[in-house]
Amino acid sequence: MKHKLNLIFDLPQTGADNKRFLKKCDVVKPNFQNYYGENTLRDQDLDIPDLSEIQVLRHYTNMSSRNFGVENGPYPLGSCTMKYNPKINENVAGLPGFQNTHPLQPVETVQGNLALLYNLEQKLNAIFGMDYFTFQPSAGAHGELTGIMMIKAYHEANGNFERKVMLIPDSAHGTNPASAAMAEFEIREIKSNEHGLVDVDDLISKLDDQVAGIMLTNPNTLGLFEKEVAEMTDLVHRAGGLCYYDGANANAILMQTRPGDMGFDVVHLNVHKTFGTPHGGGGPGAGPVGIKKILEPFLPKPVIVKNNNTEPNYDLDYDRPQSIGKVRAFIGSFAVYVKTYAYILAYGAEGLAEVSEAAVANANYLLERVRNSYHVPYSEPAMHEFIITSKMLKEQYGVTTTDVAKRLIDKGFHPPTVYFPLIVPEAMMVEPTDTETLEGLEGLANAFNEIAEEAAEYSQLLKDAPHDMPITRPDETKAARKPVLKV
Amino acid sequence: MSGYVPISKEKRAELLESVGLKLENLFNAIPDEIKLEKQEFVELQSDGLSEQEILEQLTKLAERNQRVDQYDSYLGAGYYDHYSPAAINHLINRQEFLTSYTPYQAEISQGTLQAIFEWQSYICRLTGLDVSNSSMYDGASAAAEALLLACRQTRKEKVWVSEGINPEYLKTIKTYFHAGGLEVEVGSLNEQGTAAGTYPTGDDYAAFMIQSPNFFGLIEDMSELVTEAKSNNALSAVSCDLISLAMFKSPGEYGVDIASGEAQPLGIPLNFGGPAVGFLAANQKLMRKMPGRIAGQTTDTEGKTAYVLTIQAREQHIRREKATSNICTNQALLATSATIYLALNGRTGLREVAEQSAAKAIYLYTELIKTGYFDPVYSGPFFREFAIKTKDNLDLNLLNAKLLENRVIGGLVLTKDIWLLAVTEKKSKKSIDDFVSLVVHLLSDPEIYGG
Amino acid sequence: MAELKTDRYYVETHEWIMIDGDTATVGITDYAQEELGDIVYVEAEPEGEELVKGDIFGSIESVKVASDLYLPVDGEILEFNQELTDQPELINSDAYAAWIIKIKISNQNQIKELMDAEAYQASIE
Repeated sequence: MKHKLNLIFDLPQTGADNKRFLKKCDVVKPNFQNYYGENTLRDQDLDIPDLSEIQVLRHYTNMSSRNFGVENGPYPLGSCTMKYNPKINENVAGLPGFQNTHPLQPVETVQGNLALLYNLEQKLNAIFGMDYFTFQPSAGAHGELTGIMMIKAYHEANGNFERKVMLIPDSAHGTNPASAAMAEFEIREIKSNEHGLVDVDDLISKLDDQVAGIMLTNPNTLGLFEKEVAEMTDLVHRAGGLCYYDGANANAILMQTRPGDMGFDVVHLNVHKTFGTPHGGGGPGAGPVGIKKILEPFLPKPVIVKNNNTEPNYDLDYDRPQSIGKVRAFIGSFAVYVKTYAYILAYGAEGLAEVSEAAVANANYLLERVRNSYHVPYSEPAMHEFIITSKMLKEQYGVTTTDVAKRLIDKGFHPPTVYFPLIVPEAMMVEPTDTETLEGLEGLANAFNEIAEEAAEYSQLLKDAPHDMPITRPDETKAARKPVLKV
Repeated sequence: MSGYVPISKEKRAELLESVGLKLENLFNAIPDEIKLEKQEFVELQSDGLSEQEILEQLTKLAERNQRVDQYDSYLGAGYYDHYSPAAINHLINRQEFLTSYTPYQAEISQGTLQAIFEWQSYICRLTGLDVSNSSMYDGASAAAEALLLACRQTRKEKVWVSEGINPEYLKTIKTYFHAGGLEVEVGSLNEQGTAAGTYPTGDDYAAFMIQSPNFFGLIEDMSELVTEAKSNNALSAVSCDLISLAMFKSPGEYGVDIASGEAQPLGIPLNFGGPAVGFLAANQKLMRKMPGRIAGQTTDTEGKTAYVLTIQAREQHIRREKATSNICTNQALLATSATIYLALNGRTGLREVAEQSAAKAIYLYTELIKTGYFDPVYSGPFFREFAIKTKDNLDLNLLNAKLLENRVIGGLVLTKDIWLLAVTEKKSKKSIDDFVSLVVHLLSDPEIYGG
Repeated sequence: MAELKTDRYYVETHEWIMIDGDTATVGITDYAQEELGDIVYVEAEPEGEELVKGDIFGSIESVKVASDLYLPVDGEILEFNQELTDQPELINSDAYAAWIIKIKISNQNQIKELMDAEAYQASIE
């Protein structure tokens, strides 16, 4: 699909019937001008086009073909976990009994929804070793903010207003410091050591009575397991802080170990990473937050409760005086949780253990297959993703990570995550996921190796990549200097 | 069962061995003390279910709900049941939109990037503002982010919010502001239920925010908001409804600085409240302070039009703790869904949706008042939602319970005798007439309201 | 190699300061602009703001990097170079001509703590 695609606003308007979706109005429309008064109504019609259905369908169908999805081929975007999104999950989330329920219906009319969420909470508690989950946060970063707010509320409730410091490793996702800053925490950065793990001595040196907590990702953003995690959480607890688990990589540890057992008090999940709900081009995700009992009073409102002996069985509890309040309207991204629930049902405990095993096995297999072509900055065993760099290619042939990434597109693959984490120059973070096929793994390995060979002889070919996409490389400087953000 | 994992355990072991690794060593980095030994949980079955069983289980749960397409519902309060054209679902379920991710690699993501660019363009055209981001979690968090944006821009730490805003939004704003060490002052409504004449004075407000139509469906005066904000050196912010903007003047026309809101009414299913999709738009001078992803138009090396994520230096992956927000998700798929809704309806269709909703709401209001059982709560013009009060302090919770027995989900009970009812274009005159007759029948039943 | 000018002073956060009596102009070094790459946006604190040495007086952005700007000496911001609003790339083409802010110096004693070109050169090697 290399041909040009116009903007929808450029399509010709040829008099299509744009009231075709609606029933004829069978009440008398009042004189709106009189009813609403002067100067309230538009003088001119909205400037949006009237189009026919076929125009709209062609436009967005062609637009979609300028994208790459998980069903097109391998999508090894590290940290984002682009695994297969089961089709049945779309069907069940679309069941009219779920879809056509209003968030403010009386609880007795939405017992199915509440039962699903309640059961999902029990399952998540078991999988992650936590005591409660809230479903309100709409995404991972939103979950971080919610979790951090609960940590803040906990310290405030104990009168510890001086605890204003959040410890965050230098390898952390940018959302960690950004979320902590939104809750007015001061960030104290902890160094990584030469093995790519948190430097525990540096952590110890940064503990004092101002520390509110620590935010850790495990496996960390380098795809390595923090072996000393239990010692670290213990150290922070002894210093009076709480421990936050960023669940971005929780797919690597499903049913192998649990954040609750590692000593974490709060955990957020990204259900689109861990439980295969579709990423939707950037959302909707969902970021449920699990907590230990000590934080229960601070959960966002309302909390779903089960009454075994009274009707209705499931209820919403709003009477929570210490709650942090609400982080969005209503209960959460319900339809996303229907998919999460269906995913967990499809696997069961043993199946989930296989998800993490397959994720880690695929990453390690692929790493071994490309190890000789790229620089591997860390020698610790990889978990579900690994980092390689273009250091050698850059030094010898001037070929950068961007060039490698763009050349992968020519070969039919989505590139990995690039230039992250920031502490590794020319980083490529590769995550094949548990659902990658054998042909996908082999294809990726071959493509990476071929590109390393091409770099020696045909570096310009890499620099000009991609060659067969609707566009060549875009001018990002121009876009940011003189932003055109609408038409 | 191993669900959707394509490579068997045996094959996996074989592959690993071919590169000198062993399956049983994969998790050696996890210390024994924290390894999960137990694999049995009461809450979690050990074996996976078949696709058929999943469908059966979930269908059973779904059937335990009462649905607005089988009941006659009058609930709104921020979430509205408008008609969703069939084509939308076909398009957004294309895997290229559904399964892709944030368009980090522009060349392979022009579809999502152009969809976001079109969404931003539609939002700017509807709100009359200069800059829109790629979307927010929902209307409530968008309102909170709108006010945080005002605080960043003005370097002030207090905002004023009219009580006419959706209470769910107000709670969300308070949560965000409490965490950030910022102050929210809530302004009481006047006797007409609007913000007119209630604005504070003082130089320390970052923004004044109102909602229009407000929580009671009433149209607020945005020109007064703008005047009052300006004279107090504050920014003006509105939480607004996109469908209503097909009829009403846009916030931009009044000179409002920031508009936010919920785009769910644009054909997105109710889904028990989520996922939702917020929008956030502002005037040009706030561009570099906006939270969230933004797509921009540029050219490629051959001069062809291209779309990219842009002005990213605001964002968390670059600025970390100094970012304009921690948000990285946008609700791309839902924003695309809303964009397609706008494309299918066009200005004529959207206007018809707005007019029918308003006309039918006004009709219901008039008919209910005519029964003699209700008084208006406020007298001003409303859009698709209104509050009414029972005469003689009759208990609406009781009425709602009786309505439910008759397959009607009544309005939201605000206090014992005040009802908030929403009507969209989906209602017919007959269904409204039937509802009014049923209400009269129940209210006049001495066995229900005896004495 | 990055260019240096001997008519001004430097600080290790890569700002230069050119002193003219009790006022001065402040910009970023050629080395800094090379490190940042194509600059897309520059902003500064409002005029009239009184800051102390080491305070953040603004920020500068390229496509993938954002960097804070630090004030070399105590002073009051007199003016922001408006040319940079539309043409931030001027810093890329000549970092020493494209000053970012003009300040009124409030502590002349701090001038002797600044680095000269030679010392700055040594610090970036």
